[in-house]
Amino acid sequence: MSLTYDDVVAKYEPVLGLEVHVELNTNSKMFCGCSTIFGAEPNTQTCPVCLALPGALPTVNEKAIESTIKIGLALNCSIAPFSRFARKNYFYPDMPKNFQISQYDEPICVNGYVDVEIETDEGTKQFRVEVERVHMEEDTGKSLHVGGATGRIHGADYSLLDYNRAGIPLVEIVTKIVPGTGKYAPEVAKAYVSELRDILRGLGVSDVKMEQGSLRCDANVSLRLIGSDVLGTRSETKNVNSLRSVERAVRGEMIRHAELLNKGERVVQETRHFQEDTGLTRSGRSKEQAEDYRYFPEPDLVPVAPDAAWIEELRAGIPERPSLHRKRLQEAWNVPAKEMEAMINADVLGIVEATVALGADPTKARSWWLGEISRLANERETAIADLAITPTDVAAIVALVEKGELTDKLARQVVEGVIAGEGTPAEVVSKRGIKVVNDDGALMAAIEKVCAEQAETAEKVRSGHLPAAGALIGAVMKETKGQADAARVRELLLAHLGQA
Amino acid sequence: MIRSTAAEMAAKLVAGEVTSVALTQAHLDRIASVDADVHAFLHVDTEGALAQAAAIDAKRAKGEKLSPLAGIPLALKDVMAQKGIPTTCGSKILEGWRPPYDSTVVANLKKNDIVILGKTNMDEFAMGSSTENSAYGPTHNPWDLTRIPGGSGGGSSAALAAFEAPLAIGTDTGGSIRQPAAVTGTVGVKPTYGGVSRFGLVAFSSSLDQAGPCARTVLDAALLHEAIAGHDPKDSTSINAPVPQVVAAAKSGDVKGMKIGVVKELNGDGYQAGVRARFEESLELLAKAGAEIVEVSAPNFEYALAAYYLIAPSECSSNLARFDAMRYGLRVGDIDGASAESVMNLTREVGFGKEVKRRIILGTYALSSGYYDAYYGSAQKVRTLITQDFTNAFTKADVLVSPTCPTTAFKIGEKANDPLAMYLNDIATIPVNMAGIGGMSLPSGLADEDGLPVGFQIMSPVMKDERMYSVGAALEAALLSKWGAPLLDKAPIMGGAK
Repeated sequence: MSLTYDDVVAKYEPVLGLEVHVELNTNSKMFCGCSTIFGAEPNTQTCPVCLALPGALPTVNEKAIESTIKIGLALNCSIAPFSRFARKNYFYPDMPKNFQISQYDEPICVNGYVDVEIETDEGTKQFRVEVERVHMEEDTGKSLHVGGATGRIHGADYSLLDYNRAGIPLVEIVTKIVPGTGKYAPEVAKAYVSELRDILRGLGVSDVKMEQGSLRCDANVSLRLIGSDVLGTRSETKNVNSLRSVERAVRGEMIRHAELLNKGERVVQETRHFQEDTGLTRSGRSKEQAEDYRYFPEPDLVPVAPDAAWIEELRAGIPERPSLHRKRLQEAWNVPAKEMEAMINADVLGIVEATVALGADPTKARSWWLGEISRLANERETAIADLAITPTDVAAIVALVEKGELTDKLARQVVEGVIAGEGTPAEVVSKRGIKVVNDDGALMAAIEKVCAEQAETAEKVRSGHLPAAGALIGAVMKETKGQADAARVRELLLAHLGQA
Repeated sequence: MIRSTAAEMAAKLVAGEVTSVALTQAHLDRIASVDADVHAFLHVDTEGALAQAAAIDAKRAKGEKLSPLAGIPLALKDVMAQKGIPTTCGSKILEGWRPPYDSTVVANLKKNDIVILGKTNMDEFAMGSSTENSAYGPTHNPWDLTRIPGGSGGGSSAALAAFEAPLAIGTDTGGSIRQPAAVTGTVGVKPTYGGVSRFGLVAFSSSLDQAGPCARTVLDAALLHEAIAGHDPKDSTSINAPVPQVVAAAKSGDVKGMKIGVVKELNGDGYQAGVRARFEESLELLAKAGAEIVEVSAPNFEYALAAYYLIAPSECSSNLARFDAMRYGLRVGDIDGASAESVMNLTREVGFGKEVKRRIILGTYALSSGYYDAYYGSAQKVRTLITQDFTNAFTKADVLVSPTCPTTAFKIGEKANDPLAMYLNDIATIPVNMAGIGGMSLPSGLADEDGLPVGFQIMSPVMKDERMYSVGAALEAALLSKWGAPLLDKAPIMGGAK
């Protein structure tokens, strides 16, 4: 009989530990000048250094060090005045040197924390997740195992190797153990990764796309009897590729561990792989016998000793924490939490903020970006950020509408024109000859013409059947090529037909 | 022509008395006539060398300003990557590999229009003191073909002693430039660590490896030193400072008022009588030239060899992990159904020689968890103590001196099965690498008991390489006037060529 989650947390206390790998978005690799662009033809972004040709030597990417220090500062870490790279030695075909340059006992950032909030039935709860270390390393290449049942190297017919990823800068962020989360462990794990992702995105140091692997999470879980202070055996779940999966993986592992413990069996110390489809994990590599990586200081690189003044300069540039920043915006703009979330999910919060900063009304700015512009992005199957429209353009359009120079309908034409690359809103307006006809004389001429053409309908209106006016207004709008203000047309028409 | 010094050849090139093509051809002819006996070369790039020489002659004819060594041929140790030219490191595992890039040393040689004749033999991956560990057969000492030419750079030094090249590049991790120089009666210099870029030098032990010049005179070595040295952004451990003025020092050869420290621990027991006699004689000559001889002590040097044989194998166990048959070089056992692991295992089993395997195993063991502190950790502490010994000694003397090796060249095969005896060859050269300072070996004569060359070692502080050149030039001049002719004139004349 399988346990329910409530049974598990009634008896056991979960202890979490999270390791997050983040690919930095530097233009070049960690130790050579090769490009880091995602999705290039296999093995086209390689050189003697990242292919580990005999004689090649690594040199450190300064930008990667800067990004790592920024991450450390944003996570409230101390920055080591002196840190070193180390070699982690093991053989695997996708690792060209058969050692990974990483950091071992002298990481660049230590002892930080991230505060996370979760919403519960008992209200908002806050947890502090302590960060043990943040260190730099290089990514491996990618193996594609072809044939065989498992898609793993053992049993494959053959394997293909792509070294484009080999040497991409990685930052590993390791938490201390997180006790005391109780039944909220899965939510805390998710909230931590989510908060971390927002912080990293706010720093602009990574794409943080879990589905592309630029942010990868390993969740370590163990259970102990409530009241015990002895740590249980942990499992390490890899391959957790979405925020939802983080939560599911932790929950699933808690139940699996509890079932084993209840049966008097023991939890095996091992890596496990999360299965997106079932939400379960399957057994990976055993860690019962600790692997011996024979770490030693990397002799090809000199120690990293960042200048204290430089660190302070970077500290000054660390942006407000996204979660706090959001709270502030939500209050200032007076938007409901749901709307806030919609903007975050659509990844437009920053753009909306920039548009508001240029003077646009927050509600208008939000509705343009979330509405018409999102729709056009979907239509073109592209990201909003990749459309040729900027906060400056949208602010200008909002201003034109406010001044009455554009109607909402005309403004949509301008947005489309800007996205089509026809220039700034002002240029689109002038090139397309878009303008609101608010010359009453011109409107009256059109009204008279329409009323003459549709005399029967005009008569209906004159006799008090107001719904018939719609057809006339439509015709006037058509006559004025949509450039009239419909409200003004209605006013003038009704006056003309004696219904004002 | 081939018996001249590089500086003399350069003067003749400038004067138009000879062309680089003729000079290159003369050396290629010499290689053809004697290298079957010496086996200094693993690869001779006849076409490439002649094409390079012709291009340089053309530049000279057009009146272009050329570097001091432009047009002079050179032999390159096979541990240096040269674009398109086989680079084996004396190992089967790299047989057939042609690098797609130039090492910085090669780029500098090309920039200076130095003609690269070919690649010289070496102990596999620079591990050895006799060149017997080459997978392609040993090199023979031109003084006595039954003897070793030293190692690992035996090919480069033998090429100089056999007049197959006037200049050569070596690399020195524990003595691989200086010990071959000593036993072949030539000059070899290990510059300060970081003085010459390691980019493209196939690593044995990254924190110890250093490329340097090999020549028949101190001035020739200095000219080559300045051509290859300097900061390289591709090597993080390269020193960003001006190159020491070694050519000026070699030209002046002034030692008046210099204090020369004799290292007490690098002499005495275990050193052959003839080696000691030549050393004492050289000290007298230096004193006569105006230097003050003092004695210094370096108490921690006795642990240098043991510490070296932990650090160097540890680094090599990691550096040589990349030879796995996946991307280049030898591939063994790649049959249907073979796993990557089995191909790696078989390739490394077949591709590496005995000494390389011995050191990989030693290093893997020394770095293992539970042993790390006792072995690698302790060795690093010893390294620090050795560096301190040097720092102290250099407060009492401007340079330090010792015999380069305890003995003259031994017979091929004599120590092949006794690794410890082999390792002892480098007892006087290893401390220099451990501290990252500069070291030079130059000939100090022949040992009375066997008539074989003896080397004199000069050590100078970090980035004070010019000091060893001053002392070397002074001693060389004094010895030349004593002998009346270069020492190599006493070596057997091979191939009949003059």
